[in-house]
Amino acid sequence: MGVTTAMEWLSSCSGCEIAILNIGEELVPLLTEHLEVVHAPVIMDHKYFGQCGDEGGHLQIPEAVVGIVTGGVSNEEHVEVLQEMRRKCKVLIALGSCATHGGIPALMNGQDGARSFAEVYRTSSTDPGVSLPDQGVPALLDRTYALDEKITVDLMLPGCPPNPAHIAEAITALLENREPELPTKSVCDTCPTRREGKGGMHKVRRFIENVQFDPAKPVSDMRCLLEQGFMCMGPVTAAGCAKYGAPSCIEARVPCRGCFGPVLPKGNQMLDMMNALASNGIDCNSVVDRRSLLRFSGAHGKLRPLRQAVTGRTDNG
Amino acid sequence: MAKVLQIQPVTRIEGHARISVHLNDSGNVENAYMSLMSLRGFEKFIEGRPAEEVPRIVSRICGICPWMHHTAGNKAVDGCFGVTPTPTGAKLRELLQVMAHINDKILHFFFLAAPDFVLGPDSDYSVRNVIGVVKAAPELAGRVVKMRQLGQMMIERFAGKAIHPVAAVTGGFSKPLPEAERRQMLKDSRTLLDFSLFALDFARNNVFNKYLEVIAELGAITTGFLGTVDREDGSLRLFDGKQRLMKPDGSCTDFEGDDYLDYLGEHVEPWGYGKMPYAKSWNEGFSLDLDDPRGIYRANTLARVNVCDKMGTPKAQEALEAFRSDFGRPAQATLLYHYARLIELVYACERTIELLEWDSITDTDVRAKVTPGAGRGVGVVEAPRGTLIHDYTTDADGCIESANLIVGTTHNIGPMNMSVKQAAAALIKDGVYDQGILNKVEMAVRAYDP
Ligand code: SF4
Ligand code: SF4
Ligand code: SF4
Repeated sequence: MGVTTAMEWLSSCSGCEIAILNIGEELVPLLTEHLEVVHAPVIMDHKYFGQCGDEGGHLQIPEAVVGIVTGGVSNEEHVEVLQEMRRKCKVLIALGSCATHGGIPALMNGQDGARSFAEVYRTSSTDPGVSLPDQGVPALLDRTYALDEKITVDLMLPGCPPNPAHIAEAITALLENREPELPTKSVCDTCPTRREGKGGMHKVRRFIENVQFDPAKPVSDMRCLLEQGFMCMGPVTAAGCAKYGAPSCIEARVPCRGCFGPVLPKGNQMLDMMNALASNGIDCNSVVDRRSLLRFSGAHGKLRPLRQAVTGRTDNG
Repeated sequence: MAKVLQIQPVTRIEGHARISVHLNDSGNVENAYMSLMSLRGFEKFIEGRPAEEVPRIVSRICGICPWMHHTAGNKAVDGCFGVTPTPTGAKLRELLQVMAHINDKILHFFFLAAPDFVLGPDSDYSVRNVIGVVKAAPELAGRVVKMRQLGQMMIERFAGKAIHPVAAVTGGFSKPLPEAERRQMLKDSRTLLDFSLFALDFARNNVFNKYLEVIAELGAITTGFLGTVDREDGSLRLFDGKQRLMKPDGSCTDFEGDDYLDYLGEHVEPWGYGKMPYAKSWNEGFSLDLDDPRGIYRANTLARVNVCDKMGTPKAQEALEAFRSDFGRPAQATLLYHYARLIELVYACERTIELLEWDSITDTDVRAKVTPGAGRGVGVVEAPRGTLIHDYTTDADGCIESANLIVGTTHNIGPMNMSVKQAAAALIKDGVYDQGILNKVEMAVRAYDP
């Protein structure tokens, strides 16, 4: 019998679960021999209130050695499920940037949530006169939280999605009772692009034209995208996405947007990026919508609603 | 005594849902609901973002079909900025979007749905899952895992990311397809086509023929259908075309995606976060009444194969003809979604090959010139779960002013509720139910692949 494992997803998109399936060849022995999955809504049928749904009371998840939770915490049911996972699992892993830093759904933390959620039900195709559903659906929290704002997390595996190799390494290390070997550097540290030093650049450009590169040549032949004048968040983002020798987006010849979260444990991707730009003589005002540099790490109170100035919106970060 | 059965979470689906079955004093079904339990607010929090960034944000709506949101978002931004992608840029988007369909269908049929059929709907919950399938049919499972991985790698090697892609960009694509990679992809997609034909055969012999009775009855309802077809010849399209709305009697209205507001509305009930799209243009209102549904149509695989005049690729067309001679047009049985899914799998593989064989697919002119500005754009693609609509308006800086999204899955929330009620009422009598029966109620949902 394998090591008992429970999985749950909160405010998530299922991409993290697909990342688990993308482990590849190792997946089959992992699922059939090394682990014994006791609860995982995406692949198995264990239910919270008994298999016939008639046991009532408090939602139940079986005990497990390993617990994997994806997604951030944005409604009351998420809190309940997360607390039950913490109670029942010995080792709890926060998988994916939503779970570790809030992820994309935490972009809502930059707005007045109550008002915005109500407005979702007032779009052009929605029937007039309807309001936010409120019968038997879990009430929304004031904002989206990362897991460690609500419970103690034993291991964080960021990434949107996380790298399947790291998921496999984390689980294998647990089974072998050793520390997992996970990346600690920045995306730039894993990037093979050519750096020529400061290019007399004063502004960053929006990504509305393709970067300069020779498609017949490898990424190592392409000049660093930041040096080409594009906003690239490699300097302030945790490494981990490189699978074929270059960070994933750089492989696609597209600049990094920071989906593995901050490289420093408590780092602020927006402020750190602004500092990095300023110290290279680049005008921070050339960054359009700088708050969206926190698009993957808006939990932990980093992204807050804008103050409404008398004259309208202010965008002072 | 009256009571409510809470089937929660609904499992082996791709989102968060709960089924509640309300039993009356004599233990018969009074009502049943399937509610969506989560709300994230994408329409609101993309406001203010530079529009060209949005296609790599909205991908996070769904980690299983991120390419659909990514490409629909890009089309909408093109519209806002008034740019037409270069021909090769547009074809590369389609190529990746269609390849993503391949993986999705393999995933759904074999990983999520197959346990009910391979192990049986009444088997114990602890084995009725993909792990159980691996143990019961290791050879098949090994092949499936390999094929899914192959499909995923094809995308990832070229486009950097398979989940939450970044390579489709306003005006086209971020990089051209090198000849060597084209050749490798072509080889891999032929392998996938072989597998898709095997999958269709396997399912015909081991699932559809074996469970004919269940298929005819479980969750059966009568509705209209919505899909996308080629503007000229009416063949099935996944990436672009005109929308086709079919009434339950088979009569059709075609319209352009830009005009969706004239045809579709979204109804909201207080018991679930999901909005329920309906056919506003039928002028009959909205009702989930099983005997007299109003405005209800379905989307996703069965809908697409029902509304199209033909499949547009040879092997898929053969499969459609066999399907139609057995089940007619429109086919209504809910479990036929699985069958239609495998016909589309064959189509997606054939279409991938067609696109890779297109002369200009390796051209280097992949992105048109883009100037951010004010405008409106509606981007429509067929996602695995249904017609996906992204509608954005931008301000003078090219930042999002407002957005409206109709996500594929949501078209079927109303119909899923009807199927759940139909299945529960047919299966639960006089207070008698067990986990196998309740799993069958879930199977009526699973067919829709929500
Ligand atoms: S981290 Fe990314 S892949 Fe994982 S659930 Fe969040 S959005 Fe999806
Ligand atoms: S800034 Fe971007 S392109 Fe430059 S080294 Fe860092 S990750 Fe690579
Ligand atoms: S390059 Fe940046 S945005 Fe892209 S996958 Fe890596 S960490 Fe995420």
